[in-house]
Amino acid sequence: MSPDISTSVGPIALERPTMLASGILGISLDVFGRLYKEGAGALVTKSLSKEPWDGYPNPTVIGMGNGYLNAVGLSNPGAPYFAKMLSPNQTVPIIVSLVGSIPEDFIFMVKQFENVKILGYELNLSCPHVEKVGLEVGDDPELVRNIIRSVKKESKLPIIAKVGLGSSDYLKTVSAACESGIDGITAINTLRAMAIDVETGRPILSHKIGGLSGSPIKPVAVRCVYEISSKFDIPIIGCGGISRWEDAIEFLLAGASAIQIGSAVGEKWTGVFSEINNGISKYMERKNFTKIKEMVGIAKKF
Amino acid sequence: MQKSFDTPKIVTIEKIIEETPTVRTLFFSDETLSKVLPGQFAMVWIPGINEIPMSVMISQEKGKAAFTVRRHGLATSELFSKKVGDQIGIRGPYGNSFTIKQGKLLLVGGGTGLVPLLRLMTFLKKSDDVTIIMGAKTQVEVFFEGLANKLLEGITHQVIVVTEDGSYGEKGLVTDVMEKLFKSNRFDSIYTCGPEKMMYKVVQIASENKSYVEASIERMMKCGIGICGSCCFGDVMACKDGTVFDGQSLVANKEFGHTHRNKSGMIENY
Repeated sequence: MSPDISTSVGPIALERPTMLASGILGISLDVFGRLYKEGAGALVTKSLSKEPWDGYPNPTVIGMGNGYLNAVGLSNPGAPYFAKMLSPNQTVPIIVSLVGSIPEDFIFMVKQFENVKILGYELNLSCPHVEKVGLEVGDDPELVRNIIRSVKKESKLPIIAKVGLGSSDYLKTVSAACESGIDGITAINTLRAMAIDVETGRPILSHKIGGLSGSPIKPVAVRCVYEISSKFDIPIIGCGGISRWEDAIEFLLAGASAIQIGSAVGEKWTGVFSEINNGISKYMERKNFTKIKEMVGIAKKF
Repeated sequence: MQKSFDTPKIVTIEKIIEETPTVRTLFFSDETLSKVLPGQFAMVWIPGINEIPMSVMISQEKGKAAFTVRRHGLATSELFSKKVGDQIGIRGPYGNSFTIKQGKLLLVGGGTGLVPLLRLMTFLKKSDDVTIIMGAKTQVEVFFEGLANKLLEGITHQVIVVTEDGSYGEKGLVTDVMEKLFKSNRFDSIYTCGPEKMMYKVVQIASENKSYVEASIERMMKCGIGICGSCCFGDVMACKDGTVFDGQSLVANKEFGHTHRNKSGMIENY
């Protein structure tokens, strides 16, 4: 019998464990449909704000030879516009990522999606390059509690919190999220980083400081997934530097039930989802696993 | 093709040609960009200002490349006013390229959209028969006519200049001339680059005449490398799946000729 690569993150059931990470390509229903057809198990949208945001001037994304540095500035057409754009959706498994500063921001945005077919929400508590949102919210456990409780009151859909490494202990954010009824945790976001051009002496990104993604951050992300899964009884989505099936398996073994792919889309383009799905399937066959959940957290036994 | 560098590399502007009062070509040394395929682009960093996609212009000198820029918005005006000795950053090349076919070829371009078409000329065979229709609003805005004739030396060719006001060459739009040509000619392949409304009409005429056609499209671009999604065009990304698409996929793309996205990702009409 060929292995079953379907999985679930709490109440969210996925046909395949590979999701598109937030911020990558996610601004159109046509593109989500294409990536789903090409193998992604779910698509996380760009983080949406109440109002449309243009983002920062370029350069906003640059390669580092290995990995990427970005400060796009959360450009997005705003939650109301996006909800309307997604409204024809019937079959594509979409998770809407939201970014805001206060509970009211999130309540307003969730209301927009009341009649739109989506799997749930991912709250971006960890963008490292926009002030007053993202990591600044994630670093305040009390605010995290209030936001999650407000969203929970407003919607019955599953809610995931995406955490990253800010200036406070990220495990306190995870703890606050778990206490407030979160359905899952995505770990991790990009890591605060910068690059300076030596010829001109200038920081390359227009925002100067951005977030590092791709394979250089993978060991940090694996450590975080391992720590969260060791300390909390909460479903986890692993994210950070996954570009090969071996990377995906590593996250599952660390305790993730599904994984997100971002930078590797830039490196390998849209075929990366099916490539990793096939690799996972072959690995399961070789190791006699019949379901993803049999692998989740195995590394913690040792 | 050498591997592209996604980190900006600083180059120094060595020479500037004034093409028209609002269009300049800036030359610099870079082995990789000197060899790109027609249609490929680079992300050009104007330090302190912005970074924009630019089609890579030929230089006719070994190891050198160029950008032809029209003064328009903030970034292009800053690039336009760069002096010899100033530094800019480049990364690339990115994107696909025109499919180089043989036989009777038609090139239709307007403004700086002529850049990839001129590069295409350097890939043609002596046995080809090439017609290029170059459009401009008025005589003072005509450029690259001499260069096109020079590049096509030794090949059967025709360079047709069209101005909207009739102050130089034929009067009207490039697509008027194209329609006239189709009355007594057929072409093995058509290549176009320029304003999208123009390309839309070119693709339409080519499709009606059952001719193979490719267009290089332009969209709001940020990363240039298939990450940010800003340049999405239907279910494809201009930077990575394009910028060159064939007529069949363009006709099927409901955004072609009609809409594009702004910086926030909202769809706007052309």
